[in-house]
Amino acid sequence: MIDLELLNTLTQTFGPSGHEEAIRAALRQAVEPYADEVRVDALGNLIVHRRGTGGGKRLLLTAHMDEIGLVIAHIEANGFARFAQIGGLRPLNCVGARVRFANGAEGVIDVEYREQGANEIPMLRQLYIDFGAPHAEAVPVKVGDPGVFVGALRAQNGRLISKTMDDRISCYVLVEVLRQLKSTPHDLYIVFTVQEEYTLGGARTAAYALEPDMAIAVDVTATGDTPKALPMAVELGKGPAVKVQDSGMIAHPLVRDWLIEAARAAQVPYQLEILVGGTTDAAAMQLTRAGVPAGCLSIPCRHVHSPGEIVDAQDVENAIRLLLVALTQG
Amino acid sequence: MNTSLVEMLESIAQAYGPSGYEQGVRRVLRGLVQQQVDELRVDALGNLITLKRAARAGGLKVLVAAHMDEVGLMVMDHTADGMLRLAAIGGVDARLLPGREVMVLAQEPFPGVIGLKAIHRAREGYENAPALEHLVVDIGASSREEAQRLAPVGTALAFPARFKVLGPTVMGKAFDDRAGCTVLAELLRHGPYPHDVYGVFTVQEEVGLRGAQVAAYALNPDVAFVVEGTIADDLPKDYDESPTSRLGGGVVITVQDGSYITPPQLLDFVVGVAQELGIPYQFKQPGIGGTDAGAMHKVRAGIPSVALAVPCRYIHGPLALLHLADLEHTARLLQALVERVTPAVLLPR
Repeated sequence: MIDLELLNTLTQTFGPSGHEEAIRAALRQAVEPYADEVRVDALGNLIVHRRGTGGGKRLLLTAHMDEIGLVIAHIEANGFARFAQIGGLRPLNCVGARVRFANGAEGVIDVEYREQGANEIPMLRQLYIDFGAPHAEAVPVKVGDPGVFVGALRAQNGRLISKTMDDRISCYVLVEVLRQLKSTPHDLYIVFTVQEEYTLGGARTAAYALEPDMAIAVDVTATGDTPKALPMAVELGKGPAVKVQDSGMIAHPLVRDWLIEAARAAQVPYQLEILVGGTTDAAAMQLTRAGVPAGCLSIPCRHVHSPGEIVDAQDVENAIRLLLVALTQG
Repeated sequence: MNTSLVEMLESIAQAYGPSGYEQGVRRVLRGLVQQQVDELRVDALGNLITLKRAARAGGLKVLVAAHMDEVGLMVMDHTADGMLRLAAIGGVDARLLPGREVMVLAQEPFPGVIGLKAIHRAREGYENAPALEHLVVDIGASSREEAQRLAPVGTALAFPARFKVLGPTVMGKAFDDRAGCTVLAELLRHGPYPHDVYGVFTVQEEVGLRGAQVAAYALNPDVAFVVEGTIADDLPKDYDESPTSRLGGGVVITVQDGSYITPPQLLDFVVGVAQELGIPYQFKQPGIGGTDAGAMHKVRAGIPSVALAVPCRYIHGPLALLHLADLEHTARLLQALVERVTPAVLLPR
């Protein structure tokens, strides 16, 4: 069963790249009872350590806690605000979306229709945020303030719909792994990373500091199962996906096979993933220091980077089972 | 007006040093700061690394970086009639090149003129700025062989040195980032500070933040400050739109650019100090450009970094313009930040 209360907290807590304070606090509270040590590093990564019983490897598992968003760039005299993107914010997903700021203020994004036409994909600079403010002084945010999409969590048809499933669903998976993991031979570091959506800088620096024998990013991946989607073999509900390759990395074959073996041992379905556009923290971790064997366990997710990202509840539970078996077996 | 600051800016900005060819400007900077610091060395890539020791032990290790390289051009081929064909070094603004004088940085630098088909004969391209591949440098050579001898492939070219004080503003070349180098040199003339201050004049920022990355790796500081000369595009606009920064608007503080996001706690510290001292400041328009902070923050286990800048009009072109008050304010703020930074302001909340 999915712990909807926890997932609600994780998906709805504010945390665009570079501004992870609130989500870091929420995650810290969730994992502290199940960790031997919890610390925050210089860039803000939340590093959770579980000591192994011995004989295992030094393992690093990450899920990024930051989310895409926007940052206020300019406030016009008439009370409309312009913005720049934080991470892969697509104009197509912005028009009509509601956005929320750290102080709780909300606004609605729309487009300059006179120049744009209602049916074309706009440029980011043609978009503005309407706070319902009659003039600049009444706008409840200032230049430099970050904001994120609004999108409540809803469970429906065995699926879960929310903003920021990317990558809070993986944060959820790793919290559950920590909760349910009785013991492991491995010296286990679970890191909730910052700034994945911007530079992969959080995972890069964490992997440098921890020097793992192997690193695995848990992240969402796209699917090919929607009407006229880009061709992709991954579908919702067919199990967690073991990454073979994406545009930033080729998964280390030993890591890939280790995850596949665990899926078989746990008797959970799995899919193999080749993602054409996009990458994860694993791409940065693989290249730290003298190189780290790295791979990725993906949660299939539709409508990535939109206010309504959809995952399958069974895929989530199977990802947890797979990781528990992998970590228990050695 | 702080005469010494202007004089320092003049000598630093006048020196030549396109990315990868920083020896000229490095020599000038070395001469300016070597009496002011406790240690000085040049690393493998050419970064000029200086150390000003803390007044007493127990402080932080603070890195302050300003890049000494400038955008420029490079000879990539010669035409049969003795012209030089060009490649860009960094993001040089090609729209501004035709008809310009340019310095060919041979053993003894000499000038050339950037040529284009005469306007009397131009049939097309009259409306649009010509691309770099349509431009050549005329150095008066009459054959391929002569051009090859005077300016072999790989010879760097730079905009000619010009410097003039225009009342409260000054005009000159390469203010990106010789303005920052001036602010850093000024920092090193004062002190000592409560912290070990590594003043680093970096190489190859304009071609990929390369010098800063290796310097930060070598020094592994607790915090990095970057001092820049940044885009001031406060020119008349068609509609209500913020400029990237404004000349005379005070120190430009980066919230977020194309290469990194300033940690909120560090941003609050910088803004707090500026407010307390009454130093005017402005936020750079988010999402634009990149600085050495983009490379340094993700070196090793992560280094909290923040960029300050002097607003400069027309950077990446032959002549830029800055306001001396902005230069002075940036120098003052940097000094205060280095004096006041503590471990507490670096901790993620």
